[in-house]
Amino acid sequence: MASPSTTADLVAPQPRPDSDNYLTHEKGFLSWALTLDHKRIGVMYLASVLCAFALGGTFALILRTELLTPGKTIIEHDTYNQMFTLHGAVMVFLVIIPGIPAALGNIALPLQLGAKDVAFPRLNLASYYLWLLGAACMLTSLIMNAADTGWTFYAPYSTTTQTAVAPAAMGAFILGFSSIFTGLNFIVTIHKLRPPGMGWFRLPLFVWALYSTALIQVLATPVIGITLLMLIVERLLHIGIFDPSLGGDPVLFQHFFWFYSHPAVYIMVVPGFGVIGDIIPVFSRKRIFGYKFIAVSSLAIAFLGFLVWGHHMFVAGQSLLAGSIFSAITFLIAIPTAIKVFNWITTMYKGSIHLDTPMLYALAFLWVFTIGGLTGVFLAVMSVDVHLHDTYFVVAHFHYVMMGGAITALLGGIHYWWPKAFGRMYNEKVGRFGAVVVFVGLNVTFFPQFILGSRGMPRRYYNYLPEFQPLHQLSTLGAYVLGLGFLMTAVSLIRSLMKKPDAPANPWGSRTLEWTISSPPPYYNFKTPPLVTRGPYDDYEGLVYDEKIHGYVEKGA
Amino acid sequence: MSDATSEAAEAPKPKSGPPAAKHGHDDGNGHDHGHGHEEHDPIHLANPHLAHHFDTPQQQFDAGKLGIWLFLLTEVLFFAGLFCAYTVYRAYRPEVFVYAHYFLNTKLGALNTCVLLLSSLTAAWSVRNAQLRQHSALKLNIVITILCACTFMVVKYFEYQHKFHDGLLPGPHFAPTEQVWELESFKHKHPEAAEYAEHLYKQAEKKKAAAEKPAAAGAAPAPGAEAAKEGAAATEEHTVHARPTEEQLEPLIAAGVLGPKAETRDVPSKPRNAHVFFSIYFFMTGLHGLHVLIGIGIWVWLLLKANKNVFGPNYFGPIDYAALYWHLVDLIWIYLFPLLYLIH
Repeated sequence: MASPSTTADLVAPQPRPDSDNYLTHEKGFLSWALTLDHKRIGVMYLASVLCAFALGGTFALILRTELLTPGKTIIEHDTYNQMFTLHGAVMVFLVIIPGIPAALGNIALPLQLGAKDVAFPRLNLASYYLWLLGAACMLTSLIMNAADTGWTFYAPYSTTTQTAVAPAAMGAFILGFSSIFTGLNFIVTIHKLRPPGMGWFRLPLFVWALYSTALIQVLATPVIGITLLMLIVERLLHIGIFDPSLGGDPVLFQHFFWFYSHPAVYIMVVPGFGVIGDIIPVFSRKRIFGYKFIAVSSLAIAFLGFLVWGHHMFVAGQSLLAGSIFSAITFLIAIPTAIKVFNWITTMYKGSIHLDTPMLYALAFLWVFTIGGLTGVFLAVMSVDVHLHDTYFVVAHFHYVMMGGAITALLGGIHYWWPKAFGRMYNEKVGRFGAVVVFVGLNVTFFPQFILGSRGMPRRYYNYLPEFQPLHQLSTLGAYVLGLGFLMTAVSLIRSLMKKPDAPANPWGSRTLEWTISSPPPYYNFKTPPLVTRGPYDDYEGLVYDEKIHGYVEKGA
Repeated sequence: MSDATSEAAEAPKPKSGPPAAKHGHDDGNGHDHGHGHEEHDPIHLANPHLAHHFDTPQQQFDAGKLGIWLFLLTEVLFFAGLFCAYTVYRAYRPEVFVYAHYFLNTKLGALNTCVLLLSSLTAAWSVRNAQLRQHSALKLNIVITILCACTFMVVKYFEYQHKFHDGLLPGPHFAPTEQVWELESFKHKHPEAAEYAEHLYKQAEKKKAAAEKPAAAGAAPAPGAEAAKEGAAATEEHTVHARPTEEQLEPLIAAGVLGPKAETRDVPSKPRNAHVFFSIYFFMTGLHGLHVLIGIGIWVWLLLKANKNVFGPNYFGPIDYAALYWHLVDLIWIYLFPLLYLIH
């Protein structure tokens, strides 16, 4: 085995403009379908997840259009119920959960670790095919007679309704295994495949976030797996575990469901923290502030996330004592989350801020996620929650966190790693404009919903009182703007694949390892394991911008 | 968890764990390198089973070991949902669990426990065989493991068949053909209670028959006379079994045959929602059985691999991981057996 080369060797972009890379290494459909390469699997995930996002987004636009007027606007009420169910299920299980870890994580994680691949490449491919199978199950439900239970599948309605709940639940069950395998793979990769010199506190924050996420994926997802399996068997054989008319306990279902699904919201948002943690120092040209605190706060969120599921059940007959404890622990989660936000803001302080597209998404994230996080504290207060439970306030809260947090971070991450993954630069102007449109659309869509909810508009309702109409119409207008922003961004990104300019190895002036190899990366990433001699956000001064290649190079190289 | 990689942080030389250090040895087979990549460094050339993205066999083994432990953790949590449901329902309805456990065959359950324990021994032994390159002993131990697993499934099959035959099914299909006090397992433990229940039941049958007879005949005797007759019969019977003793009543109430948890008030019967036990029983043992079947598949695959004599001190990971999985399957059964069969 060759000895590892020094960092300096690697930082110089390898001068092989048209040489072999992972996209051109092999050709043909099967070379993709059977690939074990983490980058290709990541790209397949990205394409699939974005298709699912388009589907879920279309559902959302139809729902918002329906809500333009009270009563029927374009669809029947049963269709409405089915559509919000599938909007939720598709967005949660097919888009946000795999979005950052499986798509961006697969592309970036081994590169950030200087590794040749993830620990178990076959398992990685298997988890992609499980995703496809799960998606197929969800679509089967859509075609048969789409489930109308809401994405939460609450019993006993889910065990008795005539719609196709079983395929949708089966889809979520299979997607759970896809998620478990990705998480397992990442934990082992981070433990066992770090390069020489990269101790735990030299890991990029994205890796820390993926590690925390993976812990939740491995520890929480099996519980939803068994719960959905019980639900499916209950539907098919009426075994009486959840259905009270058969002697079952429907509240047990809620406990099981939220034991997974509350940690799952951290599966969705913690990787987003990782992306933001990587973007902000790079575009502030400043070393990250409070690295260890940001890193460890991800673990703290992962841990606390397991102890708060009861806050979804304040009005489900839970005892007052249990409610108080769950409420108190929920408040605690604000601490590690605030630590992150304050550290990011402090990182920007006196930095040399470059407002490129990824940074615009990161700033949007800070704004939107803070609103989403703080309204979460409102909902953690039991007395307030009794008033706000199952209203649009909750809808607005979790869309601010999921859409504003997870999806904004996903878009930021896509724009950040796009040049690396595909070797092309997108149109920066369109990118920035898209980020602004998305940010405006997001707030116009969801902020009115806070007001609607606090005035008593219940969630999941097809009909509403006439006085809610102006706010509903404003929200729908925002949704159209949001849709437009996404469409524009998608067109711009796809166009970039067909057009020059080629991306340099390091277009943003980043210091993490993936930017030390060519764009797109060679098939085997690193010829020799890089020797890591500093932290992931150190020494931005050592890089200079090279006009000729439109990218950053090591000073003096 | 500080692992070898972070220790290597200070000294950037490739680490070589004990097995990896033995360069000259190969794994005893002439397989192609077959990974389609360009690196032909000495370690990869010497270890045909070393994947391209690992540097040493030790690193590959450690990664696999951590991976399998994490997988087992997910398995534990997967079953944890069922154990949790078990706990909740047992706390809600202890009488259902006491009632239903009489229907399970403790001897077959115990036999299966022994069979699985034996297979765990041979599984652990096969790991040692692989490490020591004892090819024939390895194959023998794998074969014994597979045979034990098959025995387990066969016994389980007969148990299930029996349950189906006796109408012990979950949900609305639950229709036991026998009353609990008629079972040998009940009679053996509580002979007096069984006798008493039988007596009460016959009495109720008689009463029912007596009530139906006049209705069938179409004759309607004066209600007063009928009531008097019944009362007389009751006092006559009660002189025989005047006051049931504690020993007669307690097991029947605990099993929900009599008392407030029973389906009917006066006639001995079964507890309400008795089928929930069999829902949990079939769910847990069924899911466990599925894991045994998957285990059989894994061991057959390993037997085919072992037949090519590929395992040795540098490459025994698959056997090790399969054995760990097998121990977990065994362990789950160790919990299921007392929780389902040995209820008091």
